[in-house]
Amino acid sequence: MVSPVAESGHWNTQSPKSASPPAEKSRLRFMTCGSVDDGKSTLIGRLLYDTKAVFEDQLSDITTGGAGTGEAIDFSLLVDGLAAEREQGITIDVAYRYFTTGKRSFIVADTPGHEQYTRNMATAASNVELAVILVDARYGVQTQTRRHAYLAALMGIRHVVLAVTKMDLMDFAQEIFDKIAADFDAFANRIELNNVTAIPVSGLRGDNVACTSASMPWYSGPTLLDHLETVEIRSDDATAPFRMPVQWVNRPGLSFRGFTGRIVAGQVAPGNRVRVLPSGQDALVARIVTMDGDLPVAGTGQSVAITFDREIDCSRGDVIVDSEAPPEVAQQFETTIIWLGDEPMLPGRQYWLKTATKVVSADVTDLKFLVNVNTLEHLAAKTCKLNDIGVCNIALDQPIAFEPYDVNRDLGSFILVDRITNATVAGGMIHFALRRSHNIHWQPTSIDRRARAALKGQAPRVIWFTGLSGAGKSTVANLVEQKLHARGLHTYLLDGDNVRHGLNKDLGFTDADRVENIRRIGEVAKLMADAGLVVLCSFISPFRAERQMVRAMMAEGEFIEVFVDATLAEAERRDVKGLYKKARAGLIKNFTGIDSPYERPEAPDVYVDTIQESAAAAAERIVTKIIEV
Amino acid sequence: MLLSTRPIHRPVTRQMSPSNRIFAPLAHLKELEAESIYILREVVAEMARPVMMYSIGKDSAVMLHLAQKAFYPAAPPFPLLHVDTTWKFRAMYAHRDRMAQEAGMELLIHTNPDGLAQGIGPFTHGSAVHTDVMKTQALKQALEKWGFDAALGGARRDEERSRAKERIFSFRTPHHRWDPKNQRPELWRLFNTKIRKGESIRVFPLSNWTEIDIWQYIRFENIPIVPLYFAAERPVVRRDGAWIMVDDERMPLDQGERPFMKSVRFRTLGCYPLTGAIESSAATIDAVIRETLAAKSSERQGRVIDRDQSGSMERKKQEGYF
Repeated sequence: MVSPVAESGHWNTQSPKSASPPAEKSRLRFMTCGSVDDGKSTLIGRLLYDTKAVFEDQLSDITTGGAGTGEAIDFSLLVDGLAAEREQGITIDVAYRYFTTGKRSFIVADTPGHEQYTRNMATAASNVELAVILVDARYGVQTQTRRHAYLAALMGIRHVVLAVTKMDLMDFAQEIFDKIAADFDAFANRIELNNVTAIPVSGLRGDNVACTSASMPWYSGPTLLDHLETVEIRSDDATAPFRMPVQWVNRPGLSFRGFTGRIVAGQVAPGNRVRVLPSGQDALVARIVTMDGDLPVAGTGQSVAITFDREIDCSRGDVIVDSEAPPEVAQQFETTIIWLGDEPMLPGRQYWLKTATKVVSADVTDLKFLVNVNTLEHLAAKTCKLNDIGVCNIALDQPIAFEPYDVNRDLGSFILVDRITNATVAGGMIHFALRRSHNIHWQPTSIDRRARAALKGQAPRVIWFTGLSGAGKSTVANLVEQKLHARGLHTYLLDGDNVRHGLNKDLGFTDADRVENIRRIGEVAKLMADAGLVVLCSFISPFRAERQMVRAMMAEGEFIEVFVDATLAEAERRDVKGLYKKARAGLIKNFTGIDSPYERPEAPDVYVDTIQESAAAAAERIVTKIIEV
Repeated sequence: MLLSTRPIHRPVTRQMSPSNRIFAPLAHLKELEAESIYILREVVAEMARPVMMYSIGKDSAVMLHLAQKAFYPAAPPFPLLHVDTTWKFRAMYAHRDRMAQEAGMELLIHTNPDGLAQGIGPFTHGSAVHTDVMKTQALKQALEKWGFDAALGGARRDEERSRAKERIFSFRTPHHRWDPKNQRPELWRLFNTKIRKGESIRVFPLSNWTEIDIWQYIRFENIPIVPLYFAAERPVVRRDGAWIMVDDERMPLDQGERPFMKSVRFRTLGCYPLTGAIESSAATIDAVIRETLAAKSSERQGRVIDRDQSGSMERKKQEGYF
């Protein structure tokens, strides 16, 4: 056999473009709700086996009896390789399996275990279109069945399959199945779960899984696989008005500015008038750029890059929308949150909130009630604990464009992140904006930052000097400002000590106050950059997270982090202001380097070693960097 | 919404020109592509110093291709990193250098200098030691050497059971350990990328792809791959039930053992002494796809590394293996 390609050569197909792609298959993501006792693992194992998604070497691991005897296969072991992990106390929230048939490709999200059920199920449910809820034919609809159905409805899953399992143990009796289906229907109606398909199955024997059951001639509906292959998953997103959260601005050169993102609703075409929210500026779409050529139109689910016909401000976190049907912009919301953190929620505490591509600061202003997932009762509470579901108001530190979760999952969902541990502590769904926040609008101004900077003939920059007290930040920053000034650049130097005399005189030196200190300075620097200035900021700014926060506030490439480094011993030896001496004497608390940490920058844009390099030389390097960028 | 205290008003649907047909759901390969591009862009937007692990195999080829799409017309704004054990197939090295050049990306290559000095290799030290020193330890060295806070890898959840529960954004401690008890729940497409100094994130943009998805995508996107994936007459010996290709003179032969030519191809590529070939005559992409669809064993079966200890992938991952 002669290989068509040389070993060293490139392989390149000459396959005709006209060949119809196999990709016309659609994808269905579904989850399974139930426990091992309900026969869940056996059912999934059977589904994988019958769709030939299991390889022989995997099968040999789990075949207990003689080879070739189908009955010796324990299907549950195919998916339940997690038992050992449970013994080790490892939490597995979701395990994913894949199989494909001639009609569809499937992703199964499986949530093992009883514990942490709310957390696990919410995680799985957030990314699927359909839920298979298992009920053991011997026991009928249980409390946990209702809980599964409720959580599925809460997370916006519109299609549910009620799989009544272990029918073989109940002699395949129709009245058993009918009773369970009727019980479930009654509850489903109460929680507005409208698309329920009930199917009697036996995972062990394969009845109505992939093959029609000979033992249940009274059942004329589809098999589980038939249903999964054919159920029509309609989303309103594709026909809704256009929405695309901006992920990243692609600027390979001066002539190209592409706004990249994944379209979460509607479609877009060159010539469409769009609006950037929350700023409110309009533009026409010029091109939809992809590596495969420009597109005449792009729709929901596609990852694209869009260019505009004019230069307007648009950066990560903004949402590009149909200008004739924009979503609301607001800062306070009523939401449902599902608490996932080990630490309880505290009203008033600041969390990071990520929604679509935007990260803001948020706090829970009012916890209205918790929901008992078993009884649906509302319970008054002061806090949310792990696995609690609560309805609460939240307030953001800035307005965002959003949609109610029911209208659009991407623009109506969010996570909360603990600012200290960085753990994901909650998932949330927006109901609506609170009225008082409707009245706060961001005022779009006709003279934009580009115009202001252009008048000064410079590019706005924020040069951020960080380092220990006494490392030489202010000295270097001063020199840089002098050199820039001499070159005719418009600058402003914000200095730690000076700011604490005015803007931030109400703040102390606790971790929380240090965070707020940097946040305010960031906001001021941002306004100054908006005005077209080169802003020099000289602050210890010990926490990486806050430096990152300020970087994120600025336009891309605008923020230059300068790490002015000196060892603690050296800084303490210099002790220009006599502060180290006082700190060592216990007269100053929370002093960075002594009893408060300094997190060194990992990848500063400019690194200055003040022991090796003179302040003047460092300043010259920084100036060059500012000018050249 | 069940809990909303007010009815929700849906925005009025507007038909936009030029096409007002209802968009069918994206075909599943296009959907996988869009999802992966989204993940790649999130990494670049949120992480300070990302890097793409480039292992030269078919999954790396697809990941690199997706990166080129994600950042087009710019080149992907991160370097490629190859952790080189020095035992890859010769055809892989040639392919690696060419691909990095064509993509216009910086290629970083790291080999564990201690392992090199000690002459660690799969024949002399066995697969477990070789993999630990030349791959796991070398990877940690490389990530620390360049200070990367995010490493993109081409692993897929369908490859191996312990991968099935892996996050797309997988959090690592400052010692690069994977702590399965301390992973973040991933809801919707909202990836939490917040980390502290020294911590890092491994990101798997191909999490939801299957082996056959990879092959079909390679076919329809014309993605260049190492020719070893296609059947050809190659010199092999039989070792522990696997066909091992004699790729260079470092391969020790038993007394009387002589390589013979056989038509084989590889389903996965790694260090040549640890990678078993399969007997095949599939010399074209379509033939490979047909064979993959009909395959009765999983692709990692040819990998010696996964089998040397039970639960070995799990353990390797905890120690910092990709």
